[in-house]
Amino acid sequence: MITKLNVTSVKVLDQDEALDFYVNKLGLEKAQDIKQGPFRWLTVRFPGDDVEIFLEEPGPPLHDEATAAQLRELITKGAMSSLVFRSDDVRGLYEILQARGVSDFTQEPIDHGYGTDMGIRDPFGNAIRILQPAKVGQKVTA
Amino acid sequence: MSRDVEDLNRHLLRARDAMDRAYAEPLDVRALAAVAHLSEAHFSRSFRTCFGETPHRYLQRRRVERAMFMLRETDRSVTDICFDVGFSSVGTFSRTFREIVGETPSDYRAGHGPIMAPNCVWMAGTRPVVAAGAAARSSSFGEADAPAAQ
Repeated sequence: MITKLNVTSVKVLDQDEALDFYVNKLGLEKAQDIKQGPFRWLTVRFPGDDVEIFLEEPGPPLHDEATAAQLRELITKGAMSSLVFRSDDVRGLYEILQARGVSDFTQEPIDHGYGTDMGIRDPFGNAIRILQPAKVGQKVTA
Repeated sequence: MSRDVEDLNRHLLRARDAMDRAYAEPLDVRALAAVAHLSEAHFSRSFRTCFGETPHRYLQRRRVERAMFMLRETDRSVTDICFDVGFSSVGTFSRTFREIVGETPSDYRAGHGPIMAPNCVWMAGTRPVVAAGAAARSSSFGEADAPAAQ
């Protein structure tokens, strides 16, 4: 049987810019960075975790140029990848991200029945939500 | 060419996110065009090309989605909800709600209970699809020009 998620991917417009955002802004670490011709297997993960996120840049050899152009347009429309991360302190993280220069918040921290979450976009348009699971009896505000 | 489209899309997405975030404020096309760094005419035309509907209709659906949530999940009056989600007139709210959802706010409240799902699922999955024939009738920010009565 399948036991665990191993690798997922997020499509990005530029792998170096993505690496800077996911590592230096969000706090992930680089896991693998292997180049083979035009292909670059670049993954990040949370420190201590073994689930990796492939920062996938559309283009050859994965996609022909026309397909890559379509994917790049969809990324910038916010119509492609999305990720949901967990945090033990969403409101504290909100302050930290602002201090690190993150400004593309789609939602400031809000309490829900299932927890507190906020939304941001990566530099390319991908949606990211960050969730702090609820304590028992947390009040729903939105 | 493609890079220009990508940059334009990214700017338009920021304006769309602004509507999702600040739906309760009296947004107008000038403010949203400024978020996208575009002229008003270019913004409205480009938004529709990119996302398939006018910015006004997108904002209406965002407000109606929030109203649907509040009707399901709270005991607030229809009038209070109207102003909470950014409409400045109960008549416009009721007409728009019925046009988009296909029933009145009160009928919707009577027929629907709470949904247990993450907020991002609420936002995306419960965003109302405009009722047949109504999609083309939204092209201005008329009701959003006046400040919300809050």
